[in-house]
Amino acid sequence: MSELARRDLVIIGGGPAGARAALRASACGLSVLLIDENPDAGGQVWRPLPAGFSRRDDAQLSPEARDGDALRSELRRAGIECLFGHKVWNVGTDLRTDVIGPGGSVSFRPRALLVATGTTERVVPFEGWTLPGVIGLAAATILLKSQNMLPGRRTVVAGSGPLLLAVANGILKAGGEVGAVVDLASRGEWLRSLPSLVGRPELVRQGIAWQWRLRAAGVPVYYRHTIRSVARDGEEFVVRIGAVDATGAPLPGGTRGIDLRGDAVAVGHGLVPGTDVTRLLRARHRFECERGGWIAEADPDGRTSVVGLYIAGDGAGIAGAAAAGAHGEIAALACALDLGAIDASVHKRERAPLVTQWARSARFGHAMAGLMALRNGAVAGIAADTVVCRCEDVTRSEIDAAVREGARDMNQLKAWTRCGMGPCQGRTCGDVAGALVAAQVGSREAAGFFTGRAPLRPVSLAEVAGDYTYADIPIPKAAPL
Amino acid sequence: MSAAAPELVRQPWDAIVIGGGVMGCSTALHLAQGGMRVALVDRGLLCREASGVNAGTLTLHMTRAALVPYAMRAWQMWMDAERWLGVGVLATHVPGLTLAFTDAECELVELRAKARREYGAPIEVISPQRAREIEPGLHPSLLKAGYCEIDGFASAYLTGRAFRHALTHAGVTVFENAPVEAIDSGDGGHVVRLASATRLEPMRARRVVLAGGVWIENMLAMLGVQIPIKVLINQLVVTERIRPVMRTVLSVANGLLSLKQFANGTVLIGGGWQGDGTRELGGVQARPQNLVGNMRLAAYAVPALAEARVARIWLGLEAETADAMPIIGDVPGVPDAWVVGSAHSGYTSGPFMGRILAQHILGQTPELPLFDPARLLGMPMPGA
Repeated sequence: MSELARRDLVIIGGGPAGARAALRASACGLSVLLIDENPDAGGQVWRPLPAGFSRRDDAQLSPEARDGDALRSELRRAGIECLFGHKVWNVGTDLRTDVIGPGGSVSFRPRALLVATGTTERVVPFEGWTLPGVIGLAAATILLKSQNMLPGRRTVVAGSGPLLLAVANGILKAGGEVGAVVDLASRGEWLRSLPSLVGRPELVRQGIAWQWRLRAAGVPVYYRHTIRSVARDGEEFVVRIGAVDATGAPLPGGTRGIDLRGDAVAVGHGLVPGTDVTRLLRARHRFECERGGWIAEADPDGRTSVVGLYIAGDGAGIAGAAAAGAHGEIAALACALDLGAIDASVHKRERAPLVTQWARSARFGHAMAGLMALRNGAVAGIAADTVVCRCEDVTRSEIDAAVREGARDMNQLKAWTRCGMGPCQGRTCGDVAGALVAAQVGSREAAGFFTGRAPLRPVSLAEVAGDYTYADIPIPKAAPL
Repeated sequence: MSAAAPELVRQPWDAIVIGGGVMGCSTALHLAQGGMRVALVDRGLLCREASGVNAGTLTLHMTRAALVPYAMRAWQMWMDAERWLGVGVLATHVPGLTLAFTDAECELVELRAKARREYGAPIEVISPQRAREIEPGLHPSLLKAGYCEIDGFASAYLTGRAFRHALTHAGVTVFENAPVEAIDSGDGGHVVRLASATRLEPMRARRVVLAGGVWIENMLAMLGVQIPIKVLINQLVVTERIRPVMRTVLSVANGLLSLKQFANGTVLIGGGWQGDGTRELGGVQARPQNLVGNMRLAAYAVPALAEARVARIWLGLEAETADAMPIIGDVPGVPDAWVVGSAHSGYTSGPFMGRILAQHILGQTPELPLFDPARLLGMPMPGA
């Protein structure tokens, strides 16, 4: 093993939280390395173009693309050391960070590690959710934002939270058709979130524009409805929707559903904080439904229960992109203070305005996180033969049966059913499976969560092994006879 | 946790088995089938330590030579699991090959095959041509291979589910998440005290069986007996599903690789490369240099594996006594107390070892001799 490259701070994730943290930490004098698996910074919200792509017309830039470009040029101006197109596949208890990129593998030994890995989309399963052409709302935003692609000619947009409106509008703007918007929330829930918009005129303007465009296009909006099933009918999908109650549970007698047609479905039921790294390092976690689910315990400055390990942004509990940037900077200041790069008075002075900025942004973000929170009635309403773990084809009834037979927590469930054992390592199914186990064992805390395991991203044996001959294999001494 | 009526809990159990891995589950099951009222107590959930996270290799190549007769009988039990447990563990019979790529390894393959043949393992040493007829994907630089028709694998993660089913049907009462804090032994039997968080009354029993894998050292200490047990922190790696690239169980001459592809297409890479961890903390983390070594060895043996992506890496604790042989028998100096475990390749032989201890406790003659724990009293751990 070659000598590990040292840095003061390694940041995983180049979204708003990670990128702003890198800028702030660097300004404090720390040596910083920013790593992201994408081709550039920006994260999901300010998604960079794929490698080799360029924009034809900068005049048509969305505000998000503009913000993203500004951030990316700020990183370059500040000379922040970045490893894009690289995936962190392992982190050790000494914060050793193993990275694999196009040029092979490289490892770092930072004094502090900041995890700003954002969220994963949650889908509460229904019959047909694994069919090709049924994609996540977040996936739809990737298609729209970074590739200017439509999910289909006519897309049914369903689920919960602000991504519903963002995706429906993105599709209309790009010239596509929206079959309908199917929203788990009621109109009243949206209205109740309005006070969180105080002081955010840009969001009010955007919200009005979005509503206006939907209405102008004649897109039907079904509040308090959910997708019951999606089935193929030739080139099209038949999307059966039905009414639900406030918990997301199908209303009794709601079999009298409505059939919608389209050739694509974009559906998402909120976002789940990415806890892969903090679970791998056995940091303490707590369950907070309104912030997205399990999150690592941390102080307001992002210090986790593991010394040297910090979290920031939506991965630390969902508060939205605007709050994430401020949170990243707050965490960077905490790192700088803890590593002795700045003193307490500088820390206090620089932190105060960021906290104000964070609080203003987080109010709206928290309201949206509440709208996106997992609804237990929706989980209870999953049909018995619906696949929950799509990597391993584990159905709801198989999960329920295993728990009845004595699998009393998530890890025993995983062993008994293979739920969460596939390539996604439970990122997709873990939250919903956890709710199903909790329904029988009493609480999410009792059900627990899948133990974090390396690799954080799949890596091939060839990538890990590198070039070698048989003589290069450090074979230990033989086992006893 | 299976609820038992309070008045039953207060009556002494015929036997309490502490430790719900393969050895403890098998002992409890066979005691219950012998007519005893049995409680099985585990600090966590059934078969969630070594018994549920090991590589599932059912091989004679890597089993200690003297344990071959035990492993062969246990191999049959695993293959027949559905018959005696009611639920299987996907036990699969395929041949096993142990590979030599250097002259020194060729000698080792001959030596290890000969030692195991003396104990009844049908292992022969074959040419690389013959080995590649059996396993076409092997690296062309292969020089020799040990071949054994009796080999195979199970999906170890299903072990707890299978035993849970069998134990329930046999009437064994299972207490999970119930750490034992003390065992008071006297003329009237044993009192097993559980952690206060369990809110369970102390349990009384006529007999107690310690089956705690690497934690047997702590359990024996509760009875005032000192026998050191070494803890190995084995790393395991499983890949995503890939096309069929191999059909046998593979190991290398020195024993430090185990490789098999399951029916679902995933490939499990093990062999006992060491990670970080302790008896107290369990497995903490893999050592990157040992991951690299293990993966290089695997992708060298079967070059097509280079394309496979690693899905998951984890650790399992394996116990080793001072003479690298198991402890199965009477706890020295403590009446009506027994211990079972700390066997190398313990998963392979586990169900049979539990069965012979149960035979001994039930007053029958065990099918094969036990391994008297008293031999280890005062024996220093090599290298310690």
